[in-house]
Amino acid sequence: MLIAILALPIVTGLIMLFFGRALLCRLLLPVTAFCHTLLTAAIAWQVAHGQKPSALAGMLAPDALGVLFLAIASVLFLAVSFYTVSYLREEERIGIHTNILLDHGQFTNQPERRFAAFLCFFLASMSLVTITPHMGVQWVSVEATTLSSAPLIYFHRHKSSLEATWKYLIICSVGIALALLGNILLSVAFYSPKAPADAGFDQVAWFIAHAKNANPTWLKAAFVFLVVGYGTKMGLAPLHNWLPDAHSQAPSLVSALLSGALLNCAMLGLLRGHQIMQAAQLGEMSSQMLIFFGLFSLVTAAVFIVGQGHYKRLLAYSSVEHMGILALGIGVGGLACQGAMLHAVVHSLTKCLLFLLSGNILARYHTYSSYDVRGLRWTMPFTGSLWLAGFFAIAGSPPFGLFVSEMLIFKGLLAQGYVWLAISYLVLLAIIFVGLSVACLRMVQGNRPLDMPKSPREPVLSVLPPLVLAICVLGLGLCVPDALWHFLVRAASLIG
Amino acid sequence: MLLNICLYLLVLSNFLLLGTSRVAQMTKYTALQGFLLAALLFDFGHSVLTVAVLVIKGLVLPGLLWHTLAKMPKDSLICPHRLVALDVIAGMAGLAFAIWLDARLGSDLTFNLFPKLFLPLGLTTLFCGLILIIGRVKAITQVIGYLAAENGIFLLGMPLMTQGTTWFELALLLDVFVAVFVMGIAINRISDSFASMDVDRFRSLRD
Repeated sequence: MLIAILALPIVTGLIMLFFGRALLCRLLLPVTAFCHTLLTAAIAWQVAHGQKPSALAGMLAPDALGVLFLAIASVLFLAVSFYTVSYLREEERIGIHTNILLDHGQFTNQPERRFAAFLCFFLASMSLVTITPHMGVQWVSVEATTLSSAPLIYFHRHKSSLEATWKYLIICSVGIALALLGNILLSVAFYSPKAPADAGFDQVAWFIAHAKNANPTWLKAAFVFLVVGYGTKMGLAPLHNWLPDAHSQAPSLVSALLSGALLNCAMLGLLRGHQIMQAAQLGEMSSQMLIFFGLFSLVTAAVFIVGQGHYKRLLAYSSVEHMGILALGIGVGGLACQGAMLHAVVHSLTKCLLFLLSGNILARYHTYSSYDVRGLRWTMPFTGSLWLAGFFAIAGSPPFGLFVSEMLIFKGLLAQGYVWLAISYLVLLAIIFVGLSVACLRMVQGNRPLDMPKSPREPVLSVLPPLVLAICVLGLGLCVPDALWHFLVRAASLIG
Repeated sequence: MLLNICLYLLVLSNFLLLGTSRVAQMTKYTALQGFLLAALLFDFGHSVLTVAVLVIKGLVLPGLLWHTLAKMPKDSLICPHRLVALDVIAGMAGLAFAIWLDARLGSDLTFNLFPKLFLPLGLTTLFCGLILIIGRVKAITQVIGYLAAENGIFLLGMPLMTQGTTWFELALLLDVFVAVFVMGIAINRISDSFASMDVDRFRSLRD
């Protein structure tokens, strides 16, 4: 099953790349996503029932934490795959596009088969990140996520997307190279001339079991490089520079995957380091670093969200904010860490929902400016309603899931005695709420632009996936199922 | 003996990289670094990796860069001299810092694991790569900087390599190869779209 979850998207991707006609790609994509989700559900069921699935001599052996992030990636990909069918059909209809951000030059898209194939390769690389307990394999697969997603960002072949792709490639590759140095220093910390280390494939468990013998100085240095490396890919401020550009220039469905799934995968690398630091009694240092970067990300997001006119960049900075919240919750530990796990799930669903909707808005209004998008409730009733719901959800309003997770993190902060941190957290969330509400509500309200048709049709596949995601986000706000909560607590117990 | 010669040549290649303004020349120094890394691996007794590094870092990657350069106008392949001088000064500061750090870390562990000069020269190569990425404005020099930084990290990982980890090192080399390949394609697009390789023309995406 573990091999199948990697082989399925790779084989499908290769078929698309070499034999893919448009219709075949559009058919294969949802089928692949559905099968991947079924396989993920089976693996999650095994892990939830205490089994330890393993393959390739232990190279693939996910734990609760890995399965959680695998499930998020798989569900998001399923939603995105259906949306993609509608998206690609519309792109094919338009043919030649105009760059609305820069010089109004004309451009064409990349071939559809290449786009669909790289979506599958991207899914395969994210799956490998989550199911391997070997830090080296994890590093290779995180780098593979960068390489497989770069062509996706450059789907629209114009100057702005090329600029975003280049920044993404260089910043993330260098960041990930520094994470490799972190991995090397980790091995140095565990080096013993008398007994050469033989960790096997389950490196994380081996490092945790032998953590007390590790050299603390090298271990601390290793964690610093892991934070810088994986933090860059995760979008923690001040290492987040690639994120707003890539998210704003990629097709919206790619932005949804980058924000909802990829950032979590990068965080997993960081969490493995945190696990080892805690086992080596150096958890205080790693926690403090996570809290620092978390708070700094919240401050940065607050600064850039207020007054932000570009609604896709607004969502990108919101991702920086939520990655900060996750780092903060994990750094604090205890109840806040459990809240952070729930936050990871709900944020991914909500952000995917919003990015997919932003794609609908962009296709209709042909502008990135929230000042020029008016009267969404009249021009796009379904998208407008879901956009409004999505805004309340992402801003942490009740009754949506993010309200529950943010409150859990707040309670966790107070329970651990971080009173000033809790106050700062609330103040920053309030500022971000105001910043988001100004832009998002402005887009929904107002009169319909005169050149817009009154009640246009919205393709079913462009609103159905966001609708399902919105129902999930609402459902998780009203009631977190026991089975899911137990799973989240199990995942949280691995990291504090 | 071979080890020390390679290490000294490596530090020399770093400063040659920083000190040249011609991108074509920089590509040759990148190939030199690939050959030196292969020689070091040979000295450590890793025969499979020696061949892999020689082929990928010594021949294929510089070849890819050379292929990319061949399509560019010649006058676009020279970096400003002012930046070159600043880069050399920054590289010397990096070398001094690496030597200082090595002296501070001079524990038993360091001597047992890393041969003498290994740690400071690995760090210097990493710093030089980062300086090239930050300090130069051409897309291709950023790729060369990325390769140099990766060479430094590869050097630091060398003493930890065993026969059992060969698969990982090969996977790593494959990753770097694909990364440079993708970057090469992107550079061609940049050159076509912007009529230049200078990344300081990237100004459309700002807050």
